[in-house]
Amino acid sequence: MTLEVTIAGRAGDLKLDVRFASDAAVTALFGPSGAGKSSVLNAIAGLLTPERGRIVAESSVFFDAPRVNLPPRARRVGYAFQEGRLLPHFDVRANLLYGRFFRPRAERSRDFDAVVQLLDLGHLLSRRPRNLSGGEKQRVAIGRALLASPRLLLLDEPLASLDAPRKSEILYYIERLRDETGVPIVYVSHSVEEVVRLADTVVRMEAGRVIEVGPVFGRLEGGAVVETRVAGHDLAWGLTRLDFAGGELYAADVDALVGERVRVRIRAQDVSLALSRPAGVSMLNILAATVRSVDGGVGASVDVRLDVSGAEVLARVTRKSVWELGIEPGKHVFALIKSVAIDRLSVGYA
Amino acid sequence: MSAAELDIVLLSLKVAFWAMLGSLPVALALAFCLARREFPGKALVDGVINLPLVLPPVVTGYLLLLTFGHNGAIGAFLDRHLGITFAFRWTGAALAAAVMGLPLAVRAMRQAIEVIDRRLEEAAATLGASPPWIFLTVSLPLAVPGILNGLLLAFARSLGEFGATITFVSSIPGETQTLPLAIYNFTQVPGGDAAALRLCVLSIALSLGSLVLSEWLARAARRRVHA
Repeated sequence: MTLEVTIAGRAGDLKLDVRFASDAAVTALFGPSGAGKSSVLNAIAGLLTPERGRIVAESSVFFDAPRVNLPPRARRVGYAFQEGRLLPHFDVRANLLYGRFFRPRAERSRDFDAVVQLLDLGHLLSRRPRNLSGGEKQRVAIGRALLASPRLLLLDEPLASLDAPRKSEILYYIERLRDETGVPIVYVSHSVEEVVRLADTVVRMEAGRVIEVGPVFGRLEGGAVVETRVAGHDLAWGLTRLDFAGGELYAADVDALVGERVRVRIRAQDVSLALSRPAGVSMLNILAATVRSVDGGVGASVDVRLDVSGAEVLARVTRKSVWELGIEPGKHVFALIKSVAIDRLSVGYA
Repeated sequence: MSAAELDIVLLSLKVAFWAMLGSLPVALALAFCLARREFPGKALVDGVINLPLVLPPVVTGYLLLLTFGHNGAIGAFLDRHLGITFAFRWTGAALAAAVMGLPLAVRAMRQAIEVIDRRLEEAAATLGASPPWIFLTVSLPLAVPGILNGLLLAFARSLGEFGATITFVSSIPGETQTLPLAIYNFTQVPGGDAAALRLCVLSIALSLGSLVLSEWLARAARRRVHA
């Protein structure tokens, strides 16, 4: 396992009781503000000492109450904080080299020039942190963490304080990080888009507890995530054909090359159900599916879990329709998905 | 400025400089302990450091005479074993000035240390820095404006030190007679008014100069450190 966390304790007013394990290249800690996500990162980094539990990362025991509690400097994690926390009295170059300085020469696995190039920091090296924009600060913070040659990279909401264009810029750099460095990443976020785009394993947290641990594919916050491959572009109509386990999907103009893997989020409210293959409807995506389960409440709408040749898709329909169509586990149905529902925002590059 | 006046000014600067330098490590250590540590008797330590601010200076001087004088417990020991003499020497004047300036230095440094963003030290720790390295590369540089400010306050205070000095080391021309003591001396002899006034002007110039320098240094240091 890349990372095993079993901890209990307090973080301020919050009672923490967290247990998860992950082998993923990117593990997302996902949940609303105040769920304890940053506290978990602090516990992994050694800035917060839980009362009980055990933390193992890359087969090194960081914490095993009450005997083992490695100090932060001995854990070799690269922590990019939400607020950057760059040292204001050093320029960017000195900030980047700070962690590297404390690493024995033999353990310095990162090349300075390569990291500077990866995060496009070359023109910033002699600047002071106060003269950097929010996005630049985040990039320097990530670069500084990376240059400490960490076993594990912790990113705490690196996009939280940024505007939309900056967000997609940093996301792009984090994707390069994931694909080019091979350092496992723990990514804290409360944004579905970021998690879908970056993560492989999602740890959902609420009020200091883990609610669910699982792959990003499948169910996620009122929708499903499906891994697809670009099959072709239909330029005349501005559409992209995506192949996936359950067949073919049409999406509006996806910015990716043929053959590239992309993740697609299908929101539950954009999926309708029919008992037979309908004709004369505007939906381009009509997929044969089997009902896996019906998660009914007492309200008007119900989430129906569908198995589309192995891929899971979620449909949100009215309880009335479920009753009228006789939808129940095992029943064969057709899922109708509006192709426009798969827009660029919900596409992540895998 | 006559040669005699120049000697007085140089002696005053020498006493104030060594008082400032000598109190630096003590003040810095005290400031860090008071800002960062909780220990029993902390309020008492804080109070004792600040005593010279509120005690009559003559009391401080007399206590120094009792402990650091020829027959004082510490004074006799230092004299016999290390060859350091405070009684009736310029070194004694520097010691008196240092003790009187200490509360100002500690206060300024402590404030500077208390406002350091601890999260920056945490960041340094995750990057592999041990506590001594964090102190040297993060805490100390960030506290530099406050440390400079404290030092210059102590320096300026030392230039004006009178009561404790005259009680501890007396007013010996060329050895312990700093500017304020010399001024006082001239006011006590008939016809010394003109000389006293000339020294007063020098004193004002010196104090003003050190305050301006202090402000300028502090501003330069703040510019370097703050975002």
